[in-house]
Amino acid sequence: MLEQQLVNGVVLGATYALFAIGFTLMFGVMGVINLTYGVYFALGAFAALWSTQWAGLPIWAALPVGALIAGLVAVLLDTLLLTRLRKAKAPELASLMVTLGATLFLYAGMAAALGTEIRRFPAEVFSGGAYSLGDVRVGTTQILILAAAIVLMLALLALVRGSRIGLAIRAVAENPDAAALMGINGALMLRVVSFLSGAIGGAAGVLVGLNFNAIQPFMGEHMMLRGFAVIIVGGLGDLRGALLAGLLLGLAEVLTAAYLSSTLKDMIAFALLVATLWFRPLGLFGRAAAKRA
Amino acid sequence: MWEALDDFYWTYQSLIHGIGVNGILALSVYVVLAVGQLSLGQAAFMGVGAYTGALLSVKFGTPFAVSMAASAVVPALLALVVGGPTLRLTGVYLAIATIGLGEITRIVFLNWDYAGGALGLSSIPERGGVPAIYGTLAVLLIGLTLVARSRIGRAMEAMREDEAAAGVMGVNLPRYRLVALVVSSAMAGVAGCLSAHVSSFIGPNEYGFEAAVTILSYALLGGIGSPLAPVLGSTILTLLPEVLRPLADFRLMVNGLIIVLAVLFMPRGILPWRIARTG
Repeated sequence: MLEQQLVNGVVLGATYALFAIGFTLMFGVMGVINLTYGVYFALGAFAALWSTQWAGLPIWAALPVGALIAGLVAVLLDTLLLTRLRKAKAPELASLMVTLGATLFLYAGMAAALGTEIRRFPAEVFSGGAYSLGDVRVGTTQILILAAAIVLMLALLALVRGSRIGLAIRAVAENPDAAALMGINGALMLRVVSFLSGAIGGAAGVLVGLNFNAIQPFMGEHMMLRGFAVIIVGGLGDLRGALLAGLLLGLAEVLTAAYLSSTLKDMIAFALLVATLWFRPLGLFGRAAAKRA
Repeated sequence: MWEALDDFYWTYQSLIHGIGVNGILALSVYVVLAVGQLSLGQAAFMGVGAYTGALLSVKFGTPFAVSMAASAVVPALLALVVGGPTLRLTGVYLAIATIGLGEITRIVFLNWDYAGGALGLSSIPERGGVPAIYGTLAVLLIGLTLVARSRIGRAMEAMREDEAAAGVMGVNLPRYRLVALVVSSAMAGVAGCLSAHVSSFIGPNEYGFEAAVTILSYALLGGIGSPLAPVLGSTILTLLPEVLRPLADFRLMVNGLIIVLAVLFMPRGILPWRIARTG
């Protein structure tokens, strides 16, 4: 059954990697650990759920809707919360605490407005069925999740690494003042990055909602611990690191649950996190010049 | 007269206990914030202290003083393990590591059958009460005020304002950071032990992320200019839901909003004045 567990682990790891890639993009460019990220995750899932329930959209159309809405909310929240602190060049701690307060507010608000019961995608959204490769069964949902995660990640990497906008984003990340002198609209780039990472977070929420078939307001909170582990293990702000660490965590969790115990599974993320902080604080791909504070 | 006072006490018993315990928690997060660090593990350290003290009292029948001492030592040791990396790294890393720690302690308590698992621990003997809670709070307030007025307080404030400059001036940054984290976790542990012994019940879900954020909001509302400020913040935030009954359901939203508004518009809290120094 090892092959089967490996497949499950890769699918889970792909969603972790996708989640963490948006999170780490946000950190890498803005230099702020934005804790509201977990909220976009749940928002994307709910938006996709509603668009399947009320508009009757198929899941491949509901996924972009969820991503779009989460991205727009991300831009709104970033503008509301962080513009003022950015102007004042406030320390990183202040930004972290603002997003923390906002997260608490938003979670409590969502729980009050949406209820805390677990919701599911309507059954007809899944086109059911599974393929067999030898002993290994691969569900169509799993294929959809893996494909969506790979496409989204490649698109993001291509955008950041290979386009003019990506170049501008990297310039802003490197040195906002110098980028402004080169005629780059820094405020616009930050909005683009907010939108992109919010959308990625929202898309991850839809996919995880599909994977576990469970959606509720706090689903992002549970995910954030994994997000932290993945971006620390991969190196803060590093997209390749997030990708690799996400897969690593997914595989580690599935294998632990299968061969050791499901209680230990929930602790893997933290164990990886602390071990990384102890032995290789900059993460797998961390550069010596990585900003710390 | 005494009867009326007695009635008042019985009616508001848990609130009176809560104000004192939350005051200690506010001081515990103040100690970390005062050196410019952010710990979101106060609730976890409180939980570890509460479980340590309660388990000793319930399973071994140890005297209250022993339970109290253990509830300070065990979280402090945990802080040493988690805080080790922060000798080299700071800020965001500590915040993330302590958030993770909170989640892990919750999972441990949830699955640890000896400690009651999901059902929690009940029938903890009632010890301590008002004298122990407010005695501890007073000792900590006086102690921390003396520290803040000394050379150590000056070094702590320097670290908070400009870490690089403080380091250049010869402040031993890693040592201050680690000591602050260890002391603060011991204080949170004691608060947990005290609250466990007045409420006589503890459960795994009382010490999660929301509790950690609530504790942080005490210090953010009050400010960290002096030890009195966070205690004032915790008193206001503990009383607020009682005074505004209809608001009680939105307590977490209010706490979140207070943090946002405090950081954006009142970065020094409602008691912004700094302490006068002697050393």
